[in-house]
Amino acid sequence: MRRNRKQGNGWLRLPFWLTYVFLYVPIGVVVLMSFNRNKSPYAWGGFSLRWYGQLFGNEKIREGLINTLIVAFGATVLSTVLGTLLAVGLARYNKSRLLDALSTMPAILPDLVLAIGLLIFYAAVKMTLGLHSVLIAHTVFGMAFVTAVVRARLNHADTSMEEASRDLGATPVTTFMRITLPTLAPGILAGALLAFTLSIDEFVIAFFTAAPTQPTLPIVIYSMVRFGVTPEINALATLLLAVSFTVVIAAQRMTKLTEALS
Amino acid sequence: MKSTVRARVVGRLATMGPGFGFLIVFLAVPLALVLSYTVFRRGRFGGVVYEATGENFTRLIDPLYLDVVIGSVKLATITTLLALLLAYPTAYMIARLPAKWKVIALVAVVLPFWTNFLIRTYAWIVLLNSEGLVNSGLDALGLGKLELLYSDGAIVAGLLYAYLPLMILPLYSAIERLDPQLREASSNLGARPIRTFWSVTLPLSLPGVLTGCVFVFVPSLGNFVIPELLGGGRRIMVGNLIRDQFLKARDWPFGSVLALSVIGVLVLLLFAQAWASRRVGRDA
Repeated sequence: MRRNRKQGNGWLRLPFWLTYVFLYVPIGVVVLMSFNRNKSPYAWGGFSLRWYGQLFGNEKIREGLINTLIVAFGATVLSTVLGTLLAVGLARYNKSRLLDALSTMPAILPDLVLAIGLLIFYAAVKMTLGLHSVLIAHTVFGMAFVTAVVRARLNHADTSMEEASRDLGATPVTTFMRITLPTLAPGILAGALLAFTLSIDEFVIAFFTAAPTQPTLPIVIYSMVRFGVTPEINALATLLLAVSFTVVIAAQRMTKLTEALS
Repeated sequence: MKSTVRARVVGRLATMGPGFGFLIVFLAVPLALVLSYTVFRRGRFGGVVYEATGENFTRLIDPLYLDVVIGSVKLATITTLLALLLAYPTAYMIARLPAKWKVIALVAVVLPFWTNFLIRTYAWIVLLNSEGLVNSGLDALGLGKLELLYSDGAIVAGLLYAYLPLMILPLYSAIERLDPQLREASSNLGARPIRTFWSVTLPLSLPGVLTGCVFVFVPSLGNFVIPELLGGGRRIMVGNLIRDQFLKARDWPFGSVLALSVIGVLVLLLFAQAWASRRVGRDA
């Protein structure tokens, strides 16, 4: 630190801390307000859990939550299986940069573009919209993240065990199930967790591909935020923040997440 | 010999087949459809009539829509520049932290990004509302209340909040990769820190800068939620226009043209990024 100051970098600390204040004050305020007794969501009136109580009685939110969980579980399973296989295949066989690009494309493509693409596609093949159409859409980008995380793990993996297994006469399937998968397990689990949080929080694509009668939780939140603010949203927001934080920290502990994504 | 070739083909198909099959059906084909819809006439209730036309493209320069495009580019540019200004020193500091703190600082950057995007936008309504925290503070200081919400400023704040982590991460990995000896050499040769920054650190981290700009600028253009919730619908951005073409106006071809132009911007920026990486790769 002393050396930093001597090099004239001390002033860098201001934007550094400003970034973290900027990132955490807004969500901190929402969390604080969720415990606010006051009916007005904008002024403090003492500690209370009443909005959490009301939240659990809200029919629309419960429906949205169930829809979201169905989609998220389905999309997570599908994108984990497809993404893991894809990552192994790409690491082993692929030399084409085009295929590499295709596998990471859903992560870079703006969500709105993917959303309208799928909307057009579903209309063109005359598929009715429902939870399945959201599930497919979420698998498209969930898979990209699983592939990226598992691949990052593969790059550090030691291949000598797989070679030994093959030399000892194991079939490719046996080698894959008994050696490759267990080695990759932390990466796969981390990828699955990311796909799950992404799906739970995803709004734009769901907005375009869900049936109006079966909204996911973010769609319910959107209509709530749009047509007036209720303190229940603060409570819901706090719960969702808690879920995302837990999942992401868990994923981080399992693999070097930040490394895979940067 | 023949059997190993066959094993490799089977291996390829078994691993990459399902994934790429899925991506081709649900990503490549939909994108190809968007591309093809740009040249057809609109159907009355959405969809298209298969008659070729160039009309959808000429509508882009209609003053009505041109204003939207220019306004969006302006706000997205301001957001990107602010993100760069805040993210560069932050990433630079993180790169110089001890290993243990580095991980904590990076996770702290990533965490908000993985939380619900609507919730993060909603947080700014809570902050900027006329009865909100910022206005209460201004009021307490005797400065009176300001109309903060439903403005371009609120939109920029929301966009910056949504995408700042995406600027910090690539910058961090670019700066982290720099050889500290280059900086030392520069300072040993008598360059002042500012000079070292402009002629060594910044040019070498340019690929990271451009990656961050892609990650902030492009989604800012295509965002329709923030302009609606924080801009109060007063400012229409490209994202809103695209949404409306598909869900309200039912003009899918024009919506496709707009989406295609967003992809065009994305591709252009990615090329710039690839060019910068190659240049740095050659110099180093």
